[in-house]
Amino acid sequence: MAETASPRFLRPLAAPGEDVGQAIAFDLSHPLALDSGRTLSPFTVAYMTYGRLNAAKSNVVLVCHALTLDQFAALRHPVTGKPGWWDVLIGPGKPIDTDRFFVVCANVLGGCMGTTGPAEIDPTTGEPYGLNFPLVSVRDMVRAQAMLLDAMGIREILCVIGGSMGGMQVLQWAASYPDRVVSAVPIATAARHSAQNIAFHEVGRQAILADPDWKDGAYQHFNTQPSKGLAVARMAAHITYLSEAALQRKFDRNLQDRAEITFGFDADFRIESYLRHQGTTFVDRFDANSYLYLTRAMDYFDLAAEFGGVLAEAFRGTKSRFCIISFTSDWLFPTPENKRIAHALNAVAANVSFVEIATDRGHDAFLLDEPEMFATVRGFLNAVASSRAVA
Amino acid sequence: MTALRPDLAAIAEMIPERARVLDIGCGDGALLEHLIAAKGVDGRGIELSQQNVNACVARGLSVIQGDADTDLAEYPSQVFDVAILSQTIQATRSPRAVLAHLLRIGRRTIVSFPNFGHWRVRLSLLVQGRMPRTAALGYDWCDTPNIHLCTIADFVALAGDFHATIEQAVAISDEGRTHPMAPRAWGPNLFAEGAIFLLKPPAAKM
Repeated sequence: MAETASPRFLRPLAAPGEDVGQAIAFDLSHPLALDSGRTLSPFTVAYMTYGRLNAAKSNVVLVCHALTLDQFAALRHPVTGKPGWWDVLIGPGKPIDTDRFFVVCANVLGGCMGTTGPAEIDPTTGEPYGLNFPLVSVRDMVRAQAMLLDAMGIREILCVIGGSMGGMQVLQWAASYPDRVVSAVPIATAARHSAQNIAFHEVGRQAILADPDWKDGAYQHFNTQPSKGLAVARMAAHITYLSEAALQRKFDRNLQDRAEITFGFDADFRIESYLRHQGTTFVDRFDANSYLYLTRAMDYFDLAAEFGGVLAEAFRGTKSRFCIISFTSDWLFPTPENKRIAHALNAVAANVSFVEIATDRGHDAFLLDEPEMFATVRGFLNAVASSRAVA
Repeated sequence: MTALRPDLAAIAEMIPERARVLDIGCGDGALLEHLIAAKGVDGRGIELSQQNVNACVARGLSVIQGDADTDLAEYPSQVFDVAILSQTIQATRSPRAVLAHLLRIGRRTIVSFPNFGHWRVRLSLLVQGRMPRTAALGYDWCDTPNIHLCTIADFVALAGDFHATIEQAVAISDEGRTHPMAPRAWGPNLFAEGAIFLLKPPAAKM
């Protein structure tokens, strides 16, 4: 394997000269065996780090990102120019305090921000993978992260933390590598993707597949992009990240730049205009095939399945400390799904905390300024750090 | 750290160092925090109020939101050295089922509760003919969470139903002081404001 100074990004960076992170390329001598039975090799993992690794290598916080996010969790995002998706949580003096902890965040396998995914060139054909890219699972993502940490010489993770699809990775980490995980914080997540969630993902995928510019996944070859389909997928998904109350509070039936309805199909309502904006900005930063692959990985996630259908068995004998966080208005990963994880952990007498935070901001709450989440993460991390004598 | 409430201090005295403790109805986590700091226990809590839970976790305690009536069934048997139910049994729907779970989960069980046999309670009902309101039981009958109040004698009988051994019994006096008591004597049942019991389930070793 080799370190790459500047990882290859799908899109041109908006701000060259920004810290674009690092990447490690795993050559043919380090293949990745996937759940599908196929092998991925060679492949690259792009990642960012924040803070300093201490001499004992005992202060590592691994941050796992959600579906459409990436390794740029803190500071400024080099592509969008906006603050990193968890900049509210990660930084000096913040709950994940980079003065104390060494934060690692890697772009997931199948992603499109430097880690190998369907938009990469397939070395056997010289063409982008497209649909020839193997299906990857959440467990495959975690395997790739484990190889990254191995390559960085890091064995023990003080805390693995993430929300939504990131929370799935957290659970998988705890189940697959219990002796490497000191503590785990799965947020707004589930141990299996529900029928309703699979249904919403299917709507998104069908929108992409129905776009004539998708071209059976080979759009890069034809120099097109299924922007319409991907935008619709994003619009549908975006609704599921919010709550009815939040939509009502923010948009009500307010009209967009007009005094009355136009008796047509323009974006009369502000909510329509907002969703269209969400859709069109998304296609500038995300790859459509990546979206297909990553939503599929979430759909396939069912942690209990690899343990005889009994979720508690995934955690039997675990010494990791857990802190589960859910949000009252999250209907995508509702509290009962999160509590199911807590119950399974109780059943094996694991050390678990469970916090439900009252908010009307829906699933997206885990990305927002939620003081109670900050207090929880800070308190939990403090307790874990002092139990391992991390200064 | 502020001084621990006397009844909680009495409970803490009963717990061995480095024990694995489950505190059911742990409230703001004062007892757990004390036990971790003073006795190095591996402490966990269950608490009904989400607000209390969040505050506990922010203080670094391992606490989960849950209900003693419904959530104890999921815990495996004999995994905790001590299961504590402090000032909570009288508010459960099924004290018998809850106590059965406690005796199953913990190698020792500690239960504390307000004593409904206290003379002021008895006098209030006798003289006024109204449901008693005392310092320890400060609610009207129609909005009290204490739906299954009992006397010390009642609790001793319930423990007897399970063939649990009473290893220690402590009376909580009017002023909040605690002192050892003879659990079956008539005196404490008349004069103690509350009681703390340390029980050993019939099958427990040690």
